[in-house]
Amino acid sequence: MKCEHSNIRDELFHLPDNPRRAFLLAAAASALGAAGLKPGVANAAGSKVQTQAHIVIAGAGAAGLTAAAYLAKALDGAKITLIDARKEHFYQPGFTLVGAGIKPKEYVLSSTAEYLPRGVELIEARVAEFDPDGNKVVTDSGQSIAYDFLIVATGLKLEYGLIEGMEESLIGKEGIGSIYHSPAGAEATWQAMSAFADKGGRGVFLRPATEMKCAGAPLKYTFITEDYLQRRGQRGKAEVVYNSNNKALFSVPIVSEKVRMLFQERGIQINYERVLTAIDPGRRIATFKTPEGSEEQGYDFIHVIPPMRAPEAIRNSPLPWKTGQWVDEGWMEVDKGTLRHVRYPNVFGVGDIAGVAKGKTAASVKWQVPVAVDHLVAEIAGKQSDALYAGYTSCPLITRLGRAMLVEFDYQNNLTPSFPGVIAPLEELWISWVMKTMALKPTYISMLRGRA
Amino acid sequence: MKEFDLLVILAVFQEMLGPLLWLLLAIIVLGTLAFVLLLIRERGVVSRRMVFSQTLSPLGGAFALILMAKVSSSGFTDAGGPVDWLLIALVFSLGLVGSGIILYTIGGWWSILRGNKPA
Ligand SMILES: Cc1cc2nc3c(=O)[nH]c(=O)nc-3n(C[C@H](O)[C@H](O)[C@H](O)COP(=O)(O)OP(=O)(O)OC[C@H]3O[C@@H](n4cnc5c(N)ncnc54)[C@H](O)[C@@H]3O)c2cc1C
Repeated sequence: MKCEHSNIRDELFHLPDNPRRAFLLAAAASALGAAGLKPGVANAAGSKVQTQAHIVIAGAGAAGLTAAAYLAKALDGAKITLIDARKEHFYQPGFTLVGAGIKPKEYVLSSTAEYLPRGVELIEARVAEFDPDGNKVVTDSGQSIAYDFLIVATGLKLEYGLIEGMEESLIGKEGIGSIYHSPAGAEATWQAMSAFADKGGRGVFLRPATEMKCAGAPLKYTFITEDYLQRRGQRGKAEVVYNSNNKALFSVPIVSEKVRMLFQERGIQINYERVLTAIDPGRRIATFKTPEGSEEQGYDFIHVIPPMRAPEAIRNSPLPWKTGQWVDEGWMEVDKGTLRHVRYPNVFGVGDIAGVAKGKTAASVKWQVPVAVDHLVAEIAGKQSDALYAGYTSCPLITRLGRAMLVEFDYQNNLTPSFPGVIAPLEELWISWVMKTMALKPTYISMLRGRA
Repeated sequence: MKEFDLLVILAVFQEMLGPLLWLLLAIIVLGTLAFVLLLIRERGVVSRRMVFSQTLSPLGGAFALILMAKVSSSGFTDAGGPVDWLLIALVFSLGLVGSGIILYTIGGWWSILRGNKPA
């Protein structure tokens, strides 16, 4: 399924695939150099390091697979074991495009086995217990696996159950959507949103009060829905409301302010300090916690993004932060520069599970994994690494079909544009959309293979 | 902080295009070679054929823009800033120049292979 204007275009210009297309694609995308930027890694140039070490990677998602690929390239003789019960691989940044009706759900689906580097062992199980004091993990089938080094890349858990009345089976029904859930959930959300865009009404958008992956996605989906209402001539009959969990729209102040301006321009109403606590699908009422008590909001369409926290096995282990803001959510206590565990030096945490102030995006994985692997390999080689992760996070913020802002930033809330002076980060541009739809997935897949 | 790496770009394009990448590179290399050989053989540019291929090549440019719109589920009507116009110009010119050269080369070799004197 495609968006309205591209459907028309497709009908008008139905063109067969041919090599010319490939040529043009390549030509067009040569401008997309972001695809070709990679962090410098101290050990990358050197020859393989000999070792007999056993490295266990828990979780074979974006970060786990990338780590396996980098380790397999850097080490000779090491035993590398990936542990993950899920056979499918999800290209999650594509969920937004599936939820927008731009791509089918097959676009985001593949299998872990496709990306498994040669020589890396995959155990199809869930890690049920992390025992960093005993240097071992235990799977749900009771297998105990000892390691010399552990890389934790379990991602995070979506906690729909923490919203009263919310069930995952409701996604796509009763005006409830949630592109975060899964490829099928994103597709069901598109159907619910499209039905809403056909008739108008009250659209309610929100984000959780916890840390979350791709904090731009709640905003993107609000913008996309508003755009569909416009395109289908129902904007006049619709109200679009965005509920922010705190007093800002985005953690980076300059981006937050830009989004506030765009929301105002597009007539999107903003409520601050609203956290979804309950949903009543029968009556179509959502209940939010506010500083003044609870508030009920009616909806015709609601985009639910649940609270997120570390998977249970991590929360029940000694790995999470013991003090500070992340104790309840259970993110791993790692050094923000090296991603090495603060209390267990042979343990690293990369990807969404890392308890660092920024970084829950696939784009961050691309910068985090080479750093963590560099420190690990340096230790095996008896050397020191000075590789540091500066908090790089990126999120092409779609503001309408056909346009996006290429927002990139770091720990200090500085914007870190890949093409300074060429692609303006706070401008709504077609080129940024072209990158999101054409270059990002190939870049992501190259990353999984350790080639980007 | 960032290092530019041709191999990475190649990896990304390979992911994007699959085997088409090699076909595409072959067409570019062989096409250029055929064009250069034609120039040598004909001792320069044949202006009548050049004018002919130049008349048709804007269609190649337009074709390039349409393909780009199709694969990106969007179009040049979405342009929002100067860099977008640059991208549009780039895509159009690649289509224009590419198709111009291809038409010129095919035309040239066609008449040579049919035994005609270079026109
Ligand atoms: C809707 C949406 C939009 C997004 N948009 C963007 C975007 O535009 N740009 C961007 O860069 N990023 C985006 N992201 C974020 C990006 O997808 C994630 O940050 C990235 O996938 C994180 O990688 P990860 O390896 O940490 O987690 P994941 O890729 O989620 O992988 C975690 C893996 O660990 C496994 N696992 C979990 N628990 C255990 C256990 N106990 N034992 C063993 N294995 C376990 C899981 O099965 C899973 O395979 C988006 C995400 C979503 C949901």
